[in-house]
This record gives sequence, C-alpha cells and structure tokens, in this order.
Amino acid sequence: MSAFVDRPLEDQIAQWRTFVRRRQAMHGSDVEELEAHLRDELGALADAGLADDEAFLVAVKRMGNLDAISLEFAQAHSERLWKQLVLPAERAEEPSRTARIEPLVVLALAVAAGVAIKVPALFGLDIARGDELFFFRNMGLFVLPLLTLYFVWKRDMAASRAVWLAGPFVAAAVFANAYPFRERGDTLVLTILHLPIALWLVVGCAYVRGRWFEGSGRMDFVRFTGELVIYYALIALGGGVFTAFTVMMFQAIGIVPEWFVAGWLIPCGGTGAVIVAAWLVEAKQSVVENMAPVLTRLFTPLFTLLLLAFLATMGWTGRPIDIGREVLIGFDLLLVLVVALVLYAASARDPLAEPDFFDRLQLLLIVSALAVDGLALMAIASRISELGFTPNRVAALGENLILLVNLAWTAWLYGRFVLRRTVFAALEAWQVAYLPIYSLWAALVVIVFPVLFHFE
Amino acid sequence: MEMSKDLVAASATPLVLAILAEGESYGYAIIKRVAELSGGDLQWTDGMLYPVLHRLERQGCVSAKWAEAETGRKRKYYRITRDGRKLLDAQRQQWHVVDTILRGAWMKACPA
Repeated sequence: MSAFVDRPLEDQIAQWRTFVRRRQAMHGSDVEELEAHLRDELGALADAGLADDEAFLVAVKRMGNLDAISLEFAQAHSERLWKQLVLPAERAEEPSRTARIEPLVVLALAVAAGVAIKVPALFGLDIARGDELFFFRNMGLFVLPLLTLYFVWKRDMAASRAVWLAGPFVAAAVFANAYPFRERGDTLVLTILHLPIALWLVVGCAYVRGRWFEGSGRMDFVRFTGELVIYYALIALGGGVFTAFTVMMFQAIGIVPEWFVAGWLIPCGGTGAVIVAAWLVEAKQSVVENMAPVLTRLFTPLFTLLLLAFLATMGWTGRPIDIGREVLIGFDLLLVLVVALVLYAASARDPLAEPDFFDRLQLLLIVSALAVDGLALMAIASRISELGFTPNRVAALGENLILLVNLAWTAWLYGRFVLRRTVFAALEAWQVAYLPIYSLWAALVVIVFPVLFHFE
Repeated sequence: MEMSKDLVAASATPLVLAILAEGESYGYAIIKRVAELSGGDLQWTDGMLYPVLHRLERQGCVSAKWAEAETGRKRKYYRITRDGRKLLDAQRQQWHVVDTILRGAWMKACPA
C-alpha cells in the first residue's frame, strides 16, 4: 500500500483505478461502480475528520482484497474470461471509414470468389461433370487474386504498385492452360500442386504492402498463413455439417440435391470461405491467442519422440528404408512439417529470451529429422539409376534438397544460439529470408518441368 | 463478532434483497444499512457486495440503472423485481425453518 501514500487524493484514486482495471473479470462499468463506492466512503471518512491519505488507506482496506473480489466477479460473469471476437468496428470509439465498410468489401470479395468459380460454367465447363482437372489446375486463380485484392485495399496500396501483382496471375493462367499437358499426366499433377505455392508469394507481397524486404512483415505473413489454415479448417468443418444437413433434409422429401451440393455449395463456399477466413484472421489477431504456436508446442515433443524412436528402431533391427514409389514424398512432407514446427515456434518466441529447454528440444527435433532424411536420401541414391528420373521423383528430390539446406543451416544457427554464440534473431532472419525460395522452386516446377519432361 | 465466511456468504443474498425491498438503493448505502442493522456485528468486505448484486441482476432478481447522484457523480442504483421478491420470500421461509430447527436442537443440548 505504501505506493499509494504521499500523493494527492485524485492521483491515488487514479492509480487505484488502473490497478483494478488490469483485472480481466472486471469491466469498465464495474470499475466505475467500485470507484463511486470508494468516493462515498472517502467522503464519509473525511466528514469523520480523517486526513485524505488516512481516509484513502481505510477505504481501500474496507474495499477488500482485489484478487478475492475479482475472483467473485469472475464467478458472477464467467463469460468474461473467454475472450470474445469483437470485430474492430465495434471496438474502436470512432470507427474509421475502412473499418466500417470492411464487412461489405469482404462480403463482395467472397461472393466474387464464389461467382468466379462458376464463370467457366458459362463456357460449358462443369466441376461436377468431368471437367475437374481444369478447375484443379486453375484453383489458385479463382480465389488468390481476390485475396490479393483484399490486401491491396486493406493496406491501401498505391495502384501503380499493385498493378505489378497482376503479372504473376496472368503468367500463371498462361502456364496452367496453354501447355499441352497429357491428360492426367505427372507434369499436370505437379502443376496443380505447385501453382498455389508459387502464387502464395504474390499474396504475401500484397500482405506486406509490397515491401517484402522491410521490417517484420514477412514473419507476420507466416503467422497469418498459419492462422488462415486453422480458421479455414474450422470453417470447412462447419461447412461439412451444413452440407450434411442440406442433403439429409432434401432427401427426406425425396429430392437428391447432388447437383446443388457438388456444383454450387462446395465450390462456391470453398472459395468464398478463403476470403472470410482471411478477414477473420485480420480482425482477431490481437484478440485471440494465435493457435499455430500452441499446436507447435504440443507437437514438437511428440514428433521428436517419433523421430528418435524411428532412428532407434532402424538401428536396432537394421531394416533399410524401402524406397517405393511415394516414400520420398513422405519424407519431403516430414521435412515440411519440421520446418513448419521451427517456423511457428520462432513466430511466437520472444527473440530476446534466453535459450530454454524448448529450444534444445527443437534442436534435437531438427537434428533427428536431418538424420532420418539423410538415411532416406542414401537409400534413394543407391537405386536412382534403376528407378529412373520421372518428373515426380525429380521434383521430390529438388524439394528435399531445398528443405535439407534450410534445416541444416537452421540446426547450425540453433546450435550456436543454444551455446549463446549468436542471437535468436539470426535464426528468424534466416527462416524469413528463405521463404521466397519455396515459391520460386514451385514456379520453376510449373514453368520448366512440363517442357523438360515433354508434358508427360 | 467474527462470523464464519460461509454464513456471511449464505446470508448475503436474503439480506441484500431485504434491504432493496425497503426501496431503491446503491452499493455504498447497502453496506451502511447492513452495518446499521447488525449493529456492527456483521462486517462485509465492501467489494464483495458487487459480485452479489451483479449475480442477482443477471438472475433478474434486481434491476439496475445508472443515474446521477446528489453529489453530481454517476451511481448505479438497484431495485428489487417481482422475481426478487419471490426469491426473498422463499429464502425467508428456508431461514425460518433452519432457525426453528436450530432453536429446538439447542434447547435440548444446552438448556440455559
């Protein structure tokens, strides 16, 4: 209490008020009510002849232990301990023009994404009737330009700068549709898988307002991407329930709404939901704890255990890795996962904190992942001549190499950081600097591979 | 007199409702009235009254409104509702039963 003494009364009350406000379970009006009480008490005590600071001490004492009171408040209003997603327009005292029309812009863009995917139907292409390959290879083009447009608007990007972002989309449309792919060939599948990854960099450019190399924007984009995936998955779950009810109810009256579900609900909802999810991530970033780092914390120990158990089992039994058709892709995905765990742990870490147990665990995870991948690569190298260079295998090898380089250098930096020879920022800088490489490789696969492998 | 915490907590609701049944009031005045009624025997921690009031407000037993006090500051006034009166009646009957039983038991245990 000594901090309260020897100040003018109003100062003391103001300090007390800030002290109470810090409690999550007490809202503004509760604090006002308690303050009114405190002032009544002060008035009565002053009338009884106490000096200001004496009266203040007595009044605060009578008010009681704030921890205990706030616990009671929390029980009376348990919902207050759950942070609610309040959209910024309602929260700010004077909503800006952007905040006020944002829901309308988002709605318009989401509807536009839903419409975009139905435009090819005007030319006789139907996603529900055999033309799905056309839709798959253009998937990124239906929704990512609109997502980019959203960020161009939201970040208030200059039109002269934003125009450049259209270039990659036009190029992507050309490469996806002008190449004479063999029906269901490997290179077509590679294009389908890699085009969205290449275009995601364009979204990132819009997200950071065209200033890719400045400030912390790239790490924010990483955070955004992680949360977007989680929000999209949640919306998709809700969409699945909605779809199930649609089918169930109409079937009950003998109508099978398959044309509507497969031709309209899923494609239009699926594209529109990307925009809505992006908006939710933007709106809630400061309200709700980020989910991706929480998942990272949960799964880093589990994956470390898995990798160590795998290495131990291999060493114990002496079984070699059997290189079947798709094993390499499996190990690629493992590296992707480890990179993601490292990236999202870094995204939530205080760069100034000292190395702790979790950092050592991450280092162990990376090193064991490198060991496992090294074993897989050795198994492949010994058989590559008899297996031959198919497009899939070359792409998978290239990706493996890219991820391996990233993780090897990350392990080096992490090791130095744990030994306190370098700062964590070096590791973060390396990770964000590496981001464009993934997209550039994906672009390479889309542009060069079909030609290289004769559109097989 | 030092009262047990549980007893203070249990008596808070009927006491607050009874005081509000006398007429509209606000937090500080309710505390003063409790001190007056108990002759100083029942000491509440002032801050603990408000969660009780808010819980009653949420249950619809009291209604609240902000108004300007004679001092010129804003103050939150509470008023008992019909549900609040029903709750008060029910609680009074329960306390009466408990009181009767305890009297009977004590009469036998320590006939003074």
